[in-house]
Amino acid sequence: MEILTPMETTALLLSLRVAGVAIALGLPLAVLAAWVLGRYSFPGKTLFDGLVHLPLVLPPVVTGYILLVTMGTKGGVGGWLYQTFGIKLIFTAEGASLAVAVTSFPLMVRAIRLSVEAIDGGLEAAARTLGAGPVDRFFTILLPLMAPGLLSGAIVAFAAAMGEFGAVITFVSNIPGKTQTLPLAIYAATQEPGGDAVAARLAAISFTVALLALMLSEFLANRVRRLIGQV
Amino acid sequence: MLDLQIRQRLGAFTLDIAFTAEERGVTALFGRSGSGKTSVINAIAGLTRPDDGHIRVGDTMFFDSARRIDVPVEKRRIGYVFQDSRLFPHMTVRSNLEYGLRRVPAAERRIAFGPVVDLLGLGHLLDRRPRGLSGGERQRVAFGRALLAQPRLLLMDEPMASLDAARKAEIMPYIERLRDEMNIPIVMVSHALDEVVRLATTMVLIGEGRVRASGPVGTVMGRLDLSAVTGAQDAGAVLDLTVETHIPEDGLSVLAFDGGRLTVPQIDRPPGSAVRLHIHARDVIVALKPLAGVSLRNALAATVIELAEAGPSSADVRLALGGSFLIARITRAAVRELGLVPGREVVALVKGVAFEPDSGAAVSERHGRVVDV
Repeated sequence: MEILTPMETTALLLSLRVAGVAIALGLPLAVLAAWVLGRYSFPGKTLFDGLVHLPLVLPPVVTGYILLVTMGTKGGVGGWLYQTFGIKLIFTAEGASLAVAVTSFPLMVRAIRLSVEAIDGGLEAAARTLGAGPVDRFFTILLPLMAPGLLSGAIVAFAAAMGEFGAVITFVSNIPGKTQTLPLAIYAATQEPGGDAVAARLAAISFTVALLALMLSEFLANRVRRLIGQV
Repeated sequence: MLDLQIRQRLGAFTLDIAFTAEERGVTALFGRSGSGKTSVINAIAGLTRPDDGHIRVGDTMFFDSARRIDVPVEKRRIGYVFQDSRLFPHMTVRSNLEYGLRRVPAAERRIAFGPVVDLLGLGHLLDRRPRGLSGGERQRVAFGRALLAQPRLLLMDEPMASLDAARKAEIMPYIERLRDEMNIPIVMVSHALDEVVRLATTMVLIGEGRVRASGPVGTVMGRLDLSAVTGAQDAGAVLDLTVETHIPEDGLSVLAFDGGRLTVPQIDRPPGSAVRLHIHARDVIVALKPLAGVSLRNALAATVIELAEAGPSSADVRLALGGSFLIARITRAAVRELGLVPGREVVALVKGVAFEPDSGAAVSERHGRVVDV
């Protein structure tokens, strides 16, 4: 007997894929932003910091709307992508990834930035005197030492990305099998007469995945901390 | 050799430092906290940038404001032992040691892993993480890590400041071995006189961002005008002597220097080896002629060179003995009554010496305390 119905499996796998792609693409940028914000001061830093955190305070529907306007096939960037490369983001799973990448980005930056700021700058100075250039130092000193924050940031952002609703439905609509992630499927079920049971099952799946992600995050972060000698 | 002349504004004062250091041995930058010592070695390492001046090591110019030369830290290959070790917490001791080594082309590696591990006694620590090490062990790993990066100059920023007396006694012999067995010039920052007297060959006295004096340790320590900088309690001269002979039946050793001989409790060194003694000014007595019927055994012919006030009632008298110097701290009343003036022939009576062995692990039980003689 199958545990999940085909519709549930489709929605779950799509959610995992959308969130996975979003984190994979967003993580390098989040590390870069966290590194710059945690290590350097420069003119316009406050503005940059604000822009990075904006999706956290903006209503997700607004984020989705901005994406719709700019990244739609008639929008500035979206139109160029469509005409030059034939890439269409609107109404696609890739578009859903973009939407959740934007909304979960500040969560990643915040977690990683905390661990960047916790790294003793003296260690980098020591690495310099031992002959390590900037890129070398980044990979041998900073990246390993920020790993716990990076990991927990990525996992929490992944869980949040799986649950994103407003930005996704506004930008890529609610198309079963294409853009209908778990929260969108729950919403659709509640709109139908007699859909309560379906919605409840989907909600239970969401609940389980979110809880597992948080536990995994805690477990892995502890492992990594031990690995890099912090505990 | 190191040739340095830098100026740099540092908040309240301007650092304005120039000195040269020899190809071998330890140059100690000595001065109070906040005098600008660490800023000097940070500039040598390239971690901070002077406003102007030049820094040259051997025939390589690392910094020259006039010619717009400023070699980045990672290209200078100058070893740096930080006060707080700064070992990489995510790496084992072995990986820490190899970090600098792996960044030097194989053909340019003169200092090998094995000998450094042996020299610093790190063999049993290689697989440990820095977190589990004691302060002394961490600092030894930091020495090894800096050495294995094949530096042409080794900088040490108060390498023993964070250690207690026992750990300090444990680490000193290792620094002596670095000095004596590795052919690398060392520049060490310190505000502890016993470290400087024991380890340094050359002393650069720094106060308020300026060089107050520099030269061989004995010469700088023998100057009266510097006792305020070196600290009143520790004022005194440094003598470099050689072991002449032992008198086992009395438990004594005779040490010779260019100003005469000193008899001290027997020391654990073969005749001919070098010994450095720190003779505090308060342990030297001045007499006008040799005394009969006193228990003091060390009476040396000396000439008064100069006098200086040392306190409300006391004065420091600088005495020449051959090419060496002693300082005696006596009352100003005694100066007047004895008629001490420069040029006067006197007898210096030494009643105590502090052992600062020049190298090796010998006489370790006497470190840091004054022995009556």
